[in-house]
This record gives sequence, C-alpha cells and structure tokens, in this order.
Amino acid sequence: MTNQRKRLLSVKGIKKSFSNNHVLKGIDLDVYPGEVHVLLGENGAGKSTLIKILTGAYQKGAGEVYWEDQLVKINTPQDSMELGIATIYQELNVVPQLKVYENIFLGRELKNGSRRSMLNQKEMRKKAGEYLEQLGQNRDLADRPLEELGIGQQQLVEIAKALTIDAKLIIMDEPTASLSGAEVEQLYSTVESLTKKGIAIVFISHRLDEIKRMGDRITILRDGFKIETLDVSKTSTDYWIELMVGRSLDEKYPKKSFALGKEGFRVENLLVDGTKEPVNFQVNYGEIVGVSGLVGAGRTEMARAIFGADAHHGGEIFIDGQLVKIKSPKDAIKAGIAFITEDRKNEGLLLDQPLDFNIALANMKMFRNSMQLVDLKNIRTKAEEYIKELKVRPSDVELNARKLSGGNQQKVVIAKWLCTEAKVFIFDEPTRGIDVGAKVEVYRLMNQLVENGAVVLMISSDLPEIIGMCDRVLVMSEGRITANLPIGHATQERIMKAATANEDSASEVMKAATGG
Amino acid sequence: MSEATMEKQKTARDHSWKWFLSKFGALIGLIILTVVLTFMSDKFLTVNNIMNIARQSSINALLAIGMLLPILTAGIDLSVGSILAISIMTMGIVSVNMGMSPVVGIIVCLAVGAGFGLLNGLLLTKLRLPHPFISTLGTMNIARGLALIITAAAPIAGFPYLIQYLGREFVGPIPVSFVLVIFVYIIFHIFLTRTQTGRYIYAIGGNREAAHLSGINVDRILIIVYTVSGLMAGLAGLVMVGRVNSAFPLAGLSYELDAIAAVIIGGASFFGGVGTVWGTLIGALIIAVLRNGLNLLNVSADFQMAVIGIVIIAAVYVDVLRQRNSKKG
Repeated sequence: MTNQRKRLLSVKGIKKSFSNNHVLKGIDLDVYPGEVHVLLGENGAGKSTLIKILTGAYQKGAGEVYWEDQLVKINTPQDSMELGIATIYQELNVVPQLKVYENIFLGRELKNGSRRSMLNQKEMRKKAGEYLEQLGQNRDLADRPLEELGIGQQQLVEIAKALTIDAKLIIMDEPTASLSGAEVEQLYSTVESLTKKGIAIVFISHRLDEIKRMGDRITILRDGFKIETLDVSKTSTDYWIELMVGRSLDEKYPKKSFALGKEGFRVENLLVDGTKEPVNFQVNYGEIVGVSGLVGAGRTEMARAIFGADAHHGGEIFIDGQLVKIKSPKDAIKAGIAFITEDRKNEGLLLDQPLDFNIALANMKMFRNSMQLVDLKNIRTKAEEYIKELKVRPSDVELNARKLSGGNQQKVVIAKWLCTEAKVFIFDEPTRGIDVGAKVEVYRLMNQLVENGAVVLMISSDLPEIIGMCDRVLVMSEGRITANLPIGHATQERIMKAATANEDSASEVMKAATGG
Repeated sequence: MSEATMEKQKTARDHSWKWFLSKFGALIGLIILTVVLTFMSDKFLTVNNIMNIARQSSINALLAIGMLLPILTAGIDLSVGSILAISIMTMGIVSVNMGMSPVVGIIVCLAVGAGFGLLNGLLLTKLRLPHPFISTLGTMNIARGLALIITAAAPIAGFPYLIQYLGREFVGPIPVSFVLVIFVYIIFHIFLTRTQTGRYIYAIGGNREAAHLSGINVDRILIIVYTVSGLMAGLAGLVMVGRVNSAFPLAGLSYELDAIAAVIIGGASFFGGVGTVWGTLIGALIIAVLRNGLNLLNVSADFQMAVIGIVIIAAVYVDVLRQRNSKKG
C-alpha cells in the first residue's frame, strides 16, 4: 500500500568513506509519510553514519538524496532542519538549567514584533504549552525547569521541539534505551499519534520486540551495504538477525545449564541509601541469577552498595559462607568481587589510555616486580592473552580504548575484571548498546565463568535476555526485592508485575504491560 | 621497521601531521627556536649561554614537574609560588635568624613545602571543595600572607653555604641546579611510568569514576599528588635561595603561571590523563630559551610576556587538535 503513496525521503547509492575506511558502500532507503521505518544493523554497519548524513553532520561521498521527489543537498544541520528533518539522539540535546519552553525554542526564540531585541516569552510559553498538549502532556510543563523532568519527559520536550520546526521526518536513535517501562509506553503512543499526523519516523533500535511492536518497515544494514527492506509484520525476528549478522546464529541466547552447587555469595540485610527495606538474597555456584526491574528500581544502587562504591547503612556480605568487610571498591576487589558497570565509557574505561593499561588497572599489584616497579612487559603479555581470548578487535594493545566499538570496549572491561581473578561477577546491563554478535560472545563468557566456578549476577532491563540466560531472577521495585523466581516460572508478565509492585503506578503500567 | 608494521601503525594510530605535531610539537618548537636564535644572535649558541639557560630554567623546571601531577589528575596547583615563599622564609628564620644547622633548615624548607601541599590535598579530598582551583587559590593567599607576616615583610640574607650549594655551585661547567633537575626528572619519569601510584595518577586523570571503581583509593592518590607538588615548590625555593643569596617574602610571585605554562606547552592535557615528564622539561626549556633569546635581542620584558602568551595559546591549540584527532573515529 505504501508504494502508491508519494515518497517523503529517498536516498540512492549513498557512499561515505573516512580516509581509507569505507563506511557506507551504497545505501538506498525510501521513507514514506506516516510510517515507522526501522534501521537495524550491528554496530559499525553504518546506521549512525547514514543518520549523520541525513542530518547534515557529515557530507556524503556519493549518491543522491531526494526530498518529496526533489533532488536536495544537505550540507549543514541547518539545511536538514529547513527540509523538516528533526533528530532525537540517545543523549538528549537539552539544557537542564533552562525551562522547558526555553529548551523548546532554543536557537529559534520568538521575538517581540516591535522591539526585535526582546524575547517574547509569553508567546513562547503559550506555543510550547500547545505542543506539549498535543503530546498528551499538561500545559504547565512548559514553565518547569527541564532538570526536574524524568528522561521520558525530557525526550518529549525534544519531540515538541521537532514539532515547532514542522518536522516531517523525525529520526530517533535508540530512544527507549534509557526509558523505564511506563515511559516506553508513553513513547509508543506518542509515536503513534505522530504517524497519524503523517510524520514519518526513522527509528534505530537494537530491541527486536520493540521493533516488532512499533515498526512498519525495517531496513537491514550490514558492513555499509543495504541488505533488504522488509515489512515488519510479515517477517520473523530470527530472519532479521540472520540478515543482520550474515550468518545464522545457532542461538540468540547460548544458555548452558550446570549442576547447582553450594551457596557462593550471600547478601544479608543490606540497607541501600534511600531505601527503607533491607535487601536479602543469595547466589549459588552453577547458576546465573538475573536482577530485573524498571529503571530506578534500585538495582544499580544495590550493586554499587555491595561493591563499596557508595555508602550503605548496615548489612553483611558473605562469600563462600565467610563474612567479608567491604567499605570501598578496593575491599570488594580484594574479597574477589568484580563489578562490570552499565556505563562503560564513564565508569569502566580510561578512554584515552591503551588497552593493556585498562586491562591491568584493577589488579596493578599483580604486575609489580621485586623492586616494586610495574612490569610493563608483563602487563602487555597478559593483556594480549585476554585480547586473544575475548577476540577483541582491533587486537593492538597499544590502541586507546576510545578507538574501539562498543562491543569491543565491553570486552576490554570484562578483561579488566577477569584479570582481577574475581570469584563473584556482577554484570550491570552487560549488553546494552552492543550488537547481536558481541552479545552472544558476552553470554558465552558468562557460561564459561559459571563453568569455571564463578558466581554470576546479571542486572538487566532486557527481559528476553534475563529469561534467555538466567536460571533464576530477582525482581526489584523501589529498592526492595519483590520476587525471586526460578526461570521456569518467570514469564514477562510475572516479572513486570513484580517490577511494578508499588502503590501508585502499578495499575497503569500493568495495563500497558499486559494489554499492549 | 618493515613496511608492513609501518603500515599497521599508520592505520592504527591516525598517522597525520596533527598526530605528529601533538607528539613531537614541543620538541620541534624547541629546535626551531634554537636554530632561529642561533642565527639572530652570535651569543646564543655558546657554552656559557647554554649553561645560563640551564640555570635559569631550573626553578621553573622543578615547579613544573611538581605541577605536572595535579594537571595529570585534571587538577591544578595555584599555590606553588606562595609555597615557595613560605618555605624559604621559614628556612631563613630557622637557619639564619635562629642560627640552627643548615641541614635542619633544608629539612624545614622541604617539610613546609610538603606540608602546604598536604593541606591542599586534604582541603580537596576531606572538605570536598569542588575543584583544586579553589583550594589552591585559598592556600596561595594563606601561604603568601604567612610569608609576609612571619618576617614582617623583610627579606632574609646570609644563608650558610650548604643551603646555597644547589643554586650556586657548578660541576665543571654545568650548574648543580640543572643536574638536580635532570635527577629529579628521571625519578619522576620512573615514578609516573613504573610505579603503581604513578599509573594511578594517569588513571584518575583519565576517568576518575572508573579509577575509583577499579579499586583505586582516589583520595589517597590526590593527597600524594598535591603533597609532592608542594614538596617540589620547597625544593625550587631552596635552589632560588642559592641563586640570589637571600629569601624575600614576595619570592615566587606568579611563578605558578610559568609552571602551568611549561606543563601545557610540554603537551599535557588540561583535561587530565595525558602528559609526560620529558614534555614538561621541554616546556620549561622553551620558556627559558625564549626569555634568554629575547634578552639577548634586547627585547623588553613587556614584550617577552606577550610572546610567552602567544606560545601558550599555540601550544594549547596543538592540544585541541590532538583532542579532536583522538575523538575522531
């Protein structure tokens, strides 16, 4: 049906190289008004580069861009905006200190007709309120400082901004990555109302269930080529993955089961900052335990408290039945705990330092020679071993961490913790933002850890991943553990129910989770 | 080197002129400066003058190597000039006014320097002042004020020979102060590249949170960093007393700025985590050579200031280019 309609955007044979690195090798893409068009591809497939060409951040090397069947040139972000293309990046372009309406009109402030130098704040407030109302928000939101808003509402402010420039195409780069369940639902309905107005959405996502739910058509990219454009409803997610990685993945979740051993790790009465009820749980050898919950449920806070990264108020931690005292990450590492944080760029890596330094960082002691000097050669050798074992690409240990893709950066972080010879591994969102191929490698590594006698705890917001890889799942809500389910009993509904086990928002989210 | 490995390095490390400039920019700058000055003044490239430069550069070189540590942690130490002053004034009181042994004087000088550095570190980590700019701005004023108060603003002269030795004597044609600089720089090089604490300093500057979560006691390292910076200010003071044979409470006024300039010209990043000992030495030498050369050419001190300002901006621009270069791709 879409083929009879007029195309909004059509790109043909787009190529782009950086020096000798050919990133895009000829991409075609058609976008029709009112459709949700998903771009899917592994990291490095060329999605971001394509987006940056459309938004004027990069110049294309070859090819043509048609907008409403007219050949156009997009040389600057300004050109792109004037055509009616708006982009919502993963990291929002907002100024937290300014008010919502000021953010909406940032750079395009309305002035008073008579005195061109004065801002027309009244008009901006009113207009902003109208746009927010269209997005199902309260008018008064316009006057609040942006920093008081949750991420989901901040994103809506960006969408309102897109409406002020009469955007006909809104590009969203992994918009749900940092949203909670309820916020995701809100975004879904916003997108629906936008497409009803004829606005087209180009959507980048790694979450297959979400693509299935929101997308109309999907274009799969691989190694800078367009592989195919498919109807979302007529094709299976497994087929997409096959096209995306160029080979059939034996399993998305290569789960291996091991005999359940004795208890390896136990947390007793841990009182995390800002919560009322203490946390209790235990993990045995031979199992992977997942920790599920909405964003803000206190999962990361709990992990940080266990690891000694933040203060906690009482509680005891046992490894192999032995009480361990943890007051700082240093103590935790000494006790044999590894913490693979969710934010590898800000919490995991020294981006401007070479890989070998990054890998040795948490266990520098190991590399001291008899003169108490750090043995650089030894570090290098050890790092090269890990890089080989984890298949980090590129494999040059002298390269700065910044130069690696997300998946490979994550492997370097994992290598750092393997190097500490830890016994208890706490993974926090270990596969966020990394491609399917690298995900499988991370899963395999978890299997291997369990097999080699480590205790593995995995915090994840990706429900299929929890169900696919864990033996048991703990669900958290408002800082409490609200469920402890063997994976055989853990359906998405049950987990969601436990995740929203609180007074206010429970009913609303539940409706969304079960009825949607 | 085989062609294959060269090719590998080329692709792996963004081998462009910008990369080259950021890696060796300071050294190239020093060489060009030397060549130009050699042509412009026949007095420049003489043994005498070179030794003169070595001597003139040593105080700033000692302050700069101390300054490198805070800057590596993405911090700053504005107090080194004032710490230098309070260190030498207390040394003057102890060894001249009170007539105690010069060894005690030297120890007091270094201890006062290190003590004020420790204070900087404690203010930063225990009071959790938001940025070392604030804490060291505070101690800069406190130390200078104390230096004036304890001496009633009067200079002290007539230091014993042992105290003057470092700043005054020569081994053959080479000033002892420059031998000291080289020795200190070698120690710092080993400290920063080969000890756990040294590596941690880079880690904290590169990513403080990642360092913390990797089990590094960030506060402890920062306290060490500022203490060492203070200690180097005390040592620089010792050299200065030897050179001018007196201690005065306004000594070292705004020396922190030259030290910062040397570190930055030497290629250290203001954002932390990047910078080397040898780069800092070259930075200190560039400033000394510039001053010396401009003096030989009879350029006034006012003009010298302006020229050094231009050099700082040019050097930081190279840093900006490097940042841009490394963030790309």
